[in-house]
Amino acid sequence: MPDTAYRRPLASKALGIGVATGAYALSYGAIGVASGLSIWQTQTLSLLMFTGASQFAMVGIIGSGGGLLAAVLTAWLLGARNSVYALSMAPLHRVRGLRRLLAAQLTIDETTAMALGHPEPPMAARYAFWSTGVSVFVLWNIGTLLGAVGAAALGDPGALGLDAAIPAALLALLWPRLVDRSMWAVALVAAGLAIALTPVLRPGLPVLAAALVALVASALMGRERP
Amino acid sequence: MMWVAVIAGSLGCYLEKLAGYLLPHSVLERTAVRRIAGLLPVALLAALVAVETFAAGQQLVFDARAAGLGAAVVALLLRAPFLVVVLAAAVTAAAVRMLGWAP
Repeated sequence: MPDTAYRRPLASKALGIGVATGAYALSYGAIGVASGLSIWQTQTLSLLMFTGASQFAMVGIIGSGGGLLAAVLTAWLLGARNSVYALSMAPLHRVRGLRRLLAAQLTIDETTAMALGHPEPPMAARYAFWSTGVSVFVLWNIGTLLGAVGAAALGDPGALGLDAAIPAALLALLWPRLVDRSMWAVALVAAGLAIALTPVLRPGLPVLAAALVALVASALMGRERP
Repeated sequence: MMWVAVIAGSLGCYLEKLAGYLLPHSVLERTAVRRIAGLLPVALLAALVAVETFAAGQQLVFDARAAGLGAAVVALLLRAPFLVVVLAAAVTAAAVRMLGWAP
């Protein structure tokens, strides 16, 4: 068996993941423009921020009048998980310099899952990471552009139901994380707290307050299972 | 100001990724770090779903977006792909508005 035989199945898997994420980039691009960002601002987030949940959160909060500071803080908090992904990917990318800077940008849910899913040999894990990263990056950005240009051409976001597309997209990102009772509990308490605080805090702040639910839940779980 | 937010948001998210490559690997051995990283997206996404559905400014409302979210839940229970989930919500909300059932 040639030592590059792992490549073909990984490449086709990477392409499949890229196509799927490209499809949801269509909705992200449309929502970005409907939220009041320009096509270029929506696109810049896909190029530079390049982490879906943070992007959806940011345009969603801006669109609902939550203020730019709250939008940026929420995007950062959602992006914090990428630090942990990067920590687990670091042994894979022992290289320094430009390649590490590129690897950092591509360190997201999909690339980490692919690399962790194909640990042996390390060459295959690296290949899984890079092929998925390039595939998702390219198709995510193409999808964003098509969605943004399409929404800009179509007009009235309310008549198109695009405001309802935002919570649906966020729910679809949340859904696979609700793996057990404790995750459901955290989600329900966080949602309830945000709703309860909506009448008393400026838009954008109730979501930030919900981050405290994660910290409290973590402390409680740490006490239960040391 | 929008551009400042776009660039600041992007820069912060990139530095978070880069930080993981610069920090010592032993940080990962602290279970609290991994636990919080798993819980934060759940709490934030759930709160976002709630306010993006039921808030209009500082008011709580029950409008076509709630119908859209209901359609999204059904689509997710049927294991529909992401784009179908989003389209189901948008089409439902648009239909509810067109029929004049909700604002």
